[in-house]
Amino acid sequence: MIIKGNEEEQIRLLRKHYPKGNYFMQGDEAIAFGALFAGCRFYAGYPITPASEIAETMARELPKVKGYYIQMEDEIGSIAAVVGASWTGLKSMTATSGPGFSLMQENLGLGIMTETPLVLVDVQRSGPSTGQATKGAQGDFFQARWGTHGDHPIIAISPLSVEDSFWETIRAFNLSEKLRIPVVLLADGVIGHTREQIRIPDPEEVEILYRKLPKNEEEARFPFGDVHGDLIPPMPLFGKGYFTHVTGSTHKESGMRDVYTPEVHDRLVRRLHRKIEEHKDEILKWEEHYTDDAEILVVSWGVSSRPSLGAVLKARKEGIKAGLFVPKTVHPFPERRMRELGKRVNTILVPEMNLGQVILEVQRHVNDEVFVKGVNKIGGVPLTVEEVFREIKAASSAERSRHRSAD
Amino acid sequence: MWVRGFIKVMDMGMEKPIQSKYDMINYLRKEALPSPLCPGCGGGTVLNAFANAVDQLGIDPKDLVLVSGIGCSAWIASPHFLADTLHTTHGRAIAYATGVKVGLPDKKVVVISGDGDLAGIGGNHLLHAARRNIDITVILVNNFIYGMTGGQVAPTTPFGAFTTTTPYRNVEHPLQISEVIAAAGASYVARWTTAHVFQLIDSIKKAMNTKGFALVEVISQCPVQFGRRNRMKTPGEMIKWFLKNSVPVSKAKKMNPEELEGKFIIGEFIKRERAELVEELNKLIEEVSGGET
Repeated sequence: MIIKGNEEEQIRLLRKHYPKGNYFMQGDEAIAFGALFAGCRFYAGYPITPASEIAETMARELPKVKGYYIQMEDEIGSIAAVVGASWTGLKSMTATSGPGFSLMQENLGLGIMTETPLVLVDVQRSGPSTGQATKGAQGDFFQARWGTHGDHPIIAISPLSVEDSFWETIRAFNLSEKLRIPVVLLADGVIGHTREQIRIPDPEEVEILYRKLPKNEEEARFPFGDVHGDLIPPMPLFGKGYFTHVTGSTHKESGMRDVYTPEVHDRLVRRLHRKIEEHKDEILKWEEHYTDDAEILVVSWGVSSRPSLGAVLKARKEGIKAGLFVPKTVHPFPERRMRELGKRVNTILVPEMNLGQVILEVQRHVNDEVFVKGVNKIGGVPLTVEEVFREIKAASSAERSRHRSAD
Repeated sequence: MWVRGFIKVMDMGMEKPIQSKYDMINYLRKEALPSPLCPGCGGGTVLNAFANAVDQLGIDPKDLVLVSGIGCSAWIASPHFLADTLHTTHGRAIAYATGVKVGLPDKKVVVISGDGDLAGIGGNHLLHAARRNIDITVILVNNFIYGMTGGQVAPTTPFGAFTTTTPYRNVEHPLQISEVIAAAGASYVARWTTAHVFQLIDSIKKAMNTKGFALVEVISQCPVQFGRRNRMKTPGEMIKWFLKNSVPVSKAKKMNPEELEGKFIIGEFIKRERAELVEELNKLIEEVSGGET
């Protein structure tokens, strides 16, 4: 079972309603269409700017492909319903923004602890608190990583454009299904509300994955056991007669609660981490531009990577050896590549729409001799090419004067 | 298939038989026994009533999904009842159950949890599930107290009662859960106490056969955290308190609010047919997608 119900019918429905070709749409809509093509057939959400268009698109389109849309009483209930639906076998999603993302954290933790596949879209807006509700930002990088309490792994993906939003949503679903873990899509209000051209593919061009199911009763007895040696337990769905027990408390491989044995907790939580660690090669994804001979490296993500690319291109025209590194899977962070690049350059600039979040990840992986500087902008207006370029140029002349003084 | 009084324990791949004279033992998850509830707790009565209702209705436990939240009462059915069981976060059981019911419209989805969980922290989900009239049965065990955390005041604690956080007396008024949920749009609402076991079984059966949202509120004793701080040290004293102060719905209608102060109104509050959410969702899908695939 790839999508709910008859797969041939689903492909026919997708083709009929969304014929392949070029469309003009918002990032939010592209996320919704990505979810539809990924096989998402359950959406529970609560209105919030700037993510409401995802809910509206899902409410309109889901019934056409035999999927369920339900508007819950709050964000807490939304992610709860998503977890519940996922255990019945439906690929499920919710979308929100900063304040709603804060409310979802506790149940996101239950999703992680119970290894429930789901996609949580956070269309980041300017905070803290209500902040600038209609304005985009990139302030939730660490909330996505550490928002829910306790030691836990997480996967978070950040798209760069409207078309990228479509494909990265599909990738979010695939990783979530394959690894039985909630995946956060860290979009932002700028791309969410930007209209761009996007090519919708034929459904058969899209590779989609579905969670591993138990092959027999024996496997179903261990909903949280590493029965295949790949750290990913098969998922005995509700309603199949397995008498599955699912709890957010520390549990044994059988699902039964055991909060008293230290080894049980240690074994469970370490496996959850190792599951992500050992499948990192499939999870990590990034883009690089002109990094081969770069002396000044720009590290940026999401919407800020776009003016960053413009600035790097402009710098190259002026003979400055600038390069760009853009993590698209932001959690886990592509540390190894970051370390390799960090050894080759003198200066790293980190443009982002916050007061410095990804820069902390960068600093962890490069040594002290590299000059690391944030290019930070808040207030709801995205960085411009000129603003990033100015910093590259300044870094380049500082670099030259440093070399001269060394001579 | 269900052999009375003889069960097999599956634990660590070992099977060992357990002898029990308890009729409903086969509905219980053996590896989860014994029950963690205190001696004299009303939770056992609720579990017994629920198991009997399932038995009398002839429901295969494979067609049941039980969802619960946090607190003593959440433990009544999860993991103890042998069915698919989802033990969730504090207050959110009904919201989780909403997703389960949409995905499994042909299964019986039952939430069993406490007053603090379902009507305190999770009150909004209870209210809105009733408004949507989603086909879920909620058995809300009301013991007037946060028992698991040590006996703190709850939104259901009677006016004037003593708890660990109202050491002088409770100055707040309790929420009348059944009345509120009947008004919110549920298809079936009944309230009983643990002293009314046969009526309780009957109401659970009716609730599970209701197409729509059904609430069975059970006034239940917590002698450990509530009773002993309110001059009722034994479970028996609490049961007597329930019996003495229970007033049937029909009689309560003729009484004024002052007369009803401190009484437990028991019986059926509402029984009606109303469009059910998941059925409506499926109808909508047929209308939008149907006939032209």
